[in-house]
Amino acid sequence: MAVMRFWSPTRQADSDIDADAEEFPAQSALVPADSVPGRSLVIVIAIMTFLAALAANVAILVADASVDWRGDIAREATVQVRPAPGRDIEADVVTAAEAMRQTPGVREARVYAQSESEALLTPWLGEGLDLSELPTPRMIVLKLETENRPDFDRLRMELERVVPNAVLDDHHIFIERLGDMARAAVATAALVFILILAAMAVAVASATRAAVATNREIVEVLHIVGAADDFIAREFQRRFMALGFRGALIGGGGAIAFFVLAQFLAQRWRATGGGEQMEAMFGDFSVGPSGFLVILLLIGGVATLTGYLSRYIVLRHLWRLG
Amino acid sequence: MLSFENVGLRYGVGGETLRDINFQIAPRSFQFLTGPSGAGKTTLMRLIIMALPPTRGLINIFGKDTAALSNEEVAETRRGIGVVFQDFRLLDHLSVYDNVALPLRVLGREESTYRAEVTELLRWVGLGERTHALPTILSGGEKQRAAIARALISQPKLLLADEPTGNVDPTLARRILRLFVELHKAGTAVIIATHDMTLMDQYEEARRLVLADGRLHIFE
Ligand SMILES: Nc1ncnc2c1ncn2[C@@H]1O[C@H](COP(=O)(O)OP(=O)(O)OP(=O)(O)O)[C@@H](O)[C@H]1O
Ligand SMILES: [Mg+2]
Repeated sequence: MAVMRFWSPTRQADSDIDADAEEFPAQSALVPADSVPGRSLVIVIAIMTFLAALAANVAILVADASVDWRGDIAREATVQVRPAPGRDIEADVVTAAEAMRQTPGVREARVYAQSESEALLTPWLGEGLDLSELPTPRMIVLKLETENRPDFDRLRMELERVVPNAVLDDHHIFIERLGDMARAAVATAALVFILILAAMAVAVASATRAAVATNREIVEVLHIVGAADDFIAREFQRRFMALGFRGALIGGGGAIAFFVLAQFLAQRWRATGGGEQMEAMFGDFSVGPSGFLVILLLIGGVATLTGYLSRYIVLRHLWRLG
Repeated sequence: MLSFENVGLRYGVGGETLRDINFQIAPRSFQFLTGPSGAGKTTLMRLIIMALPPTRGLINIFGKDTAALSNEEVAETRRGIGVVFQDFRLLDHLSVYDNVALPLRVLGREESTYRAEVTELLRWVGLGERTHALPTILSGGEKQRAAIARALISQPKLLLADEPTGNVDPTLARRILRLFVELHKAGTAVIIATHDMTLMDQYEEARRLVLADGRLHIFE
């Protein structure tokens, strides 16, 4: 409903306004699209988003894989029975295994036969060697219950009592090392992620400053007609958020395509057999739903960050002017 | 509603462009601001819209000391002032319609609420056919009227026009003057900077503020 102004016709024809309604184009943005160094900024944001998505997913992949590894290893312990002069190693192995089976928390104790122990050594000693002459230690692999883990101190004392020449290894040093390595890898990936975002922020900030400089005339006119600083800053925010969203969409979309392709290739590779070791290390190399969710969040986050950052830069610039 | 007290202005290190300026503008008043080229008319207007701080003296607008205003208050005060610049200052990437609607957009009003208002004003200043044109293709006189429409649209309490008839023939000049007189009758205080004597003679009731040698002389 139009307010009556002194320039309004006294008798207003309704059809007049209807006729106007159709031919009105959408309101133009106050900050023109071509005044912002848009293309290069979109490219920078796309690349940075892609790299950030990669870093984030590497962190997730390593963190997940390390939980798996540590879980697998923690579910096992080994007893090594060493040959000792004057003792029957076969009997010792049987006694030790039996003692372990009696202990609560131990689900299974499997004795590696002489031939199996020797097979473990072939990679180091070469084939065709008669090891029966050598005093090879024998292994007992314990499968532990995950919920109700045995008390290793008691286990060790018990073992000491029945077979003094046996040693229990609960793998804790290995697990801790693995944990440290995984944490270091995740921390590195997180640092890379943060640095990428910081570099992106610097690019956005300088693009904003350039845009404010080229649009100085517009800013002046807006000021003269009474626009508050925040009104002007929001106009820039809108423009930059659109750019940020476009860049993030390209980069994030690229990252998703990259992971889908990697997964596909990994599957093909696994079929050839060579990938089995990789699979053992990293699972099936797939980025789960959490990985894709992170990329989607990253896209939204980058767009929002770009918008708010440029608004802040403009506000600070105007505040200095005033 | 507007008063200058011992205002002086110096650009850089030169002499004072304006000195000891004292005057008051009453609500709903009409005045011409005149003086030779380079006398400081545009400068005086820039002081009023706070585009420039005075070197000394006190400027009071709508009851507030301009020196003490925050950015936000300056913006708020400017929303009560309409300005027609000597060089128009239209935004070239916006249509005539969007340019004229700008002050309403800045007020936070929805486009649908002012469409009829803006279209009617454009028709009233004779730009009905140019609604969606970009300023770059307008003639000098058309730009002038677009700039005037932008200054009028929000029916400000105070209107400043810097040489609003500088680019037009005498007939159009008379029509433009009529626009300002209408606005004045609707309740706006009007200041028109001009050195067009015939224009001033067409509205005898107006006060005359004359700038010469940096000083202001008032003829009631
Ligand atoms: N930004 C500036 N920096 C330095 N000097 C300026 C500036 N703007 C104006 N001046 C000087 O101040 C004086 C007054 O200029 P102003 O534009 O106010 O005159 P005017 O009365 O509007 O003239 P005209 O009638 O030609 O528009 C002139 O001598 C001009 O050179
Ligand atoms: Mg001037």
